Amino acid sequence: MIGVGKAKQYANVLDKPLSRGRQEVSLSAFAFLFSELVQYNQTQVDNIAELERRLEDAGYAVGARVLELLCHREKGNRRETRLLGILSFIHSTVWKVLFGKVVYLITFCIWKDNLYQKRYVADSLEKGTEHEDEYMISEKELLVNHMGAFNCGAFVAGIVRGVLDSAGFPAVVTAHFVPIEGQQRPRTTILIKFAEEVLRREARLG
Amino acid sequence: MASTACFVIVSRNDIPIYEAEVGSVLKKEEAAHLHQFILHAALDIVQDLAWTTSAMFLKSVDRFNDLVVSVYVTAGHTRLMLLHDSRNEDGIKSFFQDVHELYLKILLNPLYLPGSRITSSHFDTKVRALARKYL
Repeated sequence: MIGVGKAKQYANVLDKPLSRGRQEVSLSAFAFLFSELVQYNQTQVDNIAELERRLEDAGYAVGARVLELLCHREKGNRRETRLLGILSFIHSTVWKVLFGKVVYLITFCIWKDNLYQKRYVADSLEKGTEHEDEYMISEKELLVNHMGAFNCGAFVAGIVRGVLDSAGFPAVVTAHFVPIEGQQRPRTTILIKFAEEVLRREARLG
Repeated sequence: MASTACFVIVSRNDIPIYEAEVGSVLKKEEAAHLHQFILHAALDIVQDLAWTTSAMFLKSVDRFNDLVVSVYVTAGHTRLMLLHDSRNEDGIKSFFQDVHELYLKILLNPLYLPGSRITSSHFDTKVRALARKYL
């Protein structure tokens, strides 16, 4: 049993109250843990794609839990039932709690009858893909990319996919490097492509 | 207090991950199966209803004879379903909220696979205690 031999306040984790959540973890502790995660997975795989998939799966587990916890803690038990609702939940609440900052959400949402035409413009506007089901979260300095030569953004993509999938918005989420003029570090973009059923349901809900 | 009640937690993929008969009244042997059948039949209704509102507590969604099904949907679409015959809505809502917190603590365990059965006996004890308290 965990905790045997230590002076524990509560007998069982279920008795302990859920934390208020204003806790911060030191970057070095997280960096250490994350680098171990990456190194462990590196020994198990043969190629980069497989490694990214494993990082994504690790992120997925985090995302599923983060969604439930944050909806309970931050949003007073209100669920998200609309697409833009869940996206704004991710790029504000989730990002703020996990990484301590706000990111730009670039949405190119051009519906057939032009009812919706929203564009949150980041400082570098990328040409839209004109796909109704694709959204992008763009971040200049993704935390997990500070360490490591290749794209650990797969982990964050996994977190986003975990949140969306658990909330009932299945999507394919990938992380891409986008080179920007005048900056030596490429910007990381998380591309979210929603499944058919999500769009159909959104259309049905009006 | 003297009420029959069947409580089930159903995961996002429609698999029951926890079941408990929390009623305190003597019951026939077939009743348990009937309770589960009614709850499963209500899943379709819950599915549609869950997308129409952003609240978590869905109140009573279905009835069968004198039994009422109340449902509470979490953010991850895990459904806490209660089959009961009482009219105590506030008690039921508090019950759901407390069980939701317990479920969150179980979920936060990194070794718990979301969507798998909840096997913790401590969880079982606490849920039954909550049921006695609120129902």
